[in-house]
Amino acid sequence: MLRTKPKAKVARIPLAKARTGIQGLDEVTGGGLPRGRVTLVCGRAGCGKSLLAMEFLVHGAIKYGEPGVCMDFEESEEKLTANVSSLGFDLRALSKQKKLLVDYVSVERNEIAETGEYNLDGVFIRLAHAVKAIKAKRVVLDSVEALFSGIADEAILRSELRRLFRWLEDQKLTAVVTGEAGAQTLTRHGLEEYVADCVISLDHRVTEQISTRRLRIVKYRGTSHGTDEYPFLIGEDGISVVPITSLVLTHKALKDRISTGISTLDEMLEGKGFFRGSSVLVTGTAGTGKSSLAANFTRAACARGEVCLYLTFEESPSQILRNMSSVGLDLSRWVKKNLLHFNAMRPTSTGLEGHLAVIHRLISQLRPSVVVIDPITNLVSVSGNYDVKSMLVRLVDFLKVEQITSMFTNLTFAGDPQERTAAAVSSLMDTWIVLRDSKPNGRPRRELYVLKSRGMAHSREARELIVSERGLELGIVLRDRPPATTAEGTSAAAAAK
Amino acid sequence: MKKKSAKKGAAKTSQTDFFRLRLYIAGQTPNSIAAIANLKKICEDKLKGKYRIEVVDLLEKPQLAKGDQIIAIPTLVRRLPPPVKKIIGNLSKTESVIVGLDLQPAR
Repeated sequence: MLRTKPKAKVARIPLAKARTGIQGLDEVTGGGLPRGRVTLVCGRAGCGKSLLAMEFLVHGAIKYGEPGVCMDFEESEEKLTANVSSLGFDLRALSKQKKLLVDYVSVERNEIAETGEYNLDGVFIRLAHAVKAIKAKRVVLDSVEALFSGIADEAILRSELRRLFRWLEDQKLTAVVTGEAGAQTLTRHGLEEYVADCVISLDHRVTEQISTRRLRIVKYRGTSHGTDEYPFLIGEDGISVVPITSLVLTHKALKDRISTGISTLDEMLEGKGFFRGSSVLVTGTAGTGKSSLAANFTRAACARGEVCLYLTFEESPSQILRNMSSVGLDLSRWVKKNLLHFNAMRPTSTGLEGHLAVIHRLISQLRPSVVVIDPITNLVSVSGNYDVKSMLVRLVDFLKVEQITSMFTNLTFAGDPQERTAAAVSSLMDTWIVLRDSKPNGRPRRELYVLKSRGMAHSREARELIVSERGLELGIVLRDRPPATTAEGTSAAAAAK
Repeated sequence: MKKKSAKKGAAKTSQTDFFRLRLYIAGQTPNSIAAIANLKKICEDKLKGKYRIEVVDLLEKPQLAKGDQIIAIPTLVRRLPPPVKKIIGNLSKTESVIVGLDLQPAR
């Protein structure tokens, strides 16, 4: 009787990946590009594919100890050198150090006479020679499309390209091949058919004078990937991709609390303040004290030694410092101690994705525990409400995963105080504080109330907000105001009609 | 300039009708062997001795591929007389070779 061995469990070998070192890209790919395989990066001219390829090589050589070879088919020594220097490196120096080698392959535009059978061994030999010279582990072919204009026999070219990609895999080289986008197909000459493992597509759109760049993983065999487009930015350090951090709402709800900066307000929130890692919305008409509230919250956090990031879309940091010092808030002290970081951006300077990418980069560099965005109102001017909400969803999501407490200020307009905000953002926010002013009996006063605060029994009473050179305080409960309810917005709007 | 063939350096004959041709191959493949044979035949027919053929095997000297920007194998480069001309293939299409290299010796 045959004794058969028990069936061995098929081990799931995870696909080995080569880190790109590109901000955000390793996250969206789950660790980088498939090791020892060919990845195709395609897109129109100017979309950033050459830069992505060079970044892959440069980081590979510098950060991960994997030297790389670039076969440049487009006669673009200037462009390559510029790309590498935009990443902060000198191409020639890297060559001397045997970290990076570029072979400029000239594919003559006018057809070379073909006198019989041939193959493209010349390319193979040059590539193999370069790889051997620096013991390269990574290869870039930029861009293979150029070969199509120089080699008349397309059948030979295609067969040689297939052979070349197989050769790269046999040599266990991780390769990035760039291809020009086609009208109907991903690439002009259908290169995606030869690349089995990973295809990434880059897009660059200009809508209403704002440029946005997006990256999409078209194919990644063996890895579950989102089919979304990830916005990315080309900035000072190269490419930054903005990942969607969670497709499911899995961030942990923290139980810790953080002070609002005003002790009475803390009391209104169960005596403890906001939940750490929660999102806070502060709305009000002009001049009601939103920025002061945000600045005060920041000051309190810095005083506890926490790092804060203050993103300003309206006023310059120096304006804010000056304005706040007039109400007794000395923020410059915390700036000097590197606990408070300002970043000013014009809402129209880039598309929403651009802002998101910048914010991501700042947060990974500074690792703040508090982020203020003051205000979000102007971002609406950049695109329609829907886009703002979509960007805010990503941002709030990201902040919660990072367990950063965030505060957003939003300007509302008299007569329509809550409605517009409700449509855009309030559902994303855990706590919603409303500021307004009124003139009962002719004396102007500012009022504050907590419209909602998830997960806690908060006070619904309105109190006076007192802003003076001594800072911010909350005064007595205002009895002449009905308690706040979320229906107030609707009833206020109805009353206005 | 490096000389790969065993023959001695050319005497200073007039440059106009002495051809220096360099054939790049990658190992002794059937295509490369055919190219060498075809080339010898064409040269004998058309150039009647006023030529020198250098065969460069890139498998032995890969660093030489860059200089003449070799992509396809075999590639034949006419180095002299100027202008430099380049053709690819195993040289079986004789007419293409003659036209491509402009092999009519000057009168």
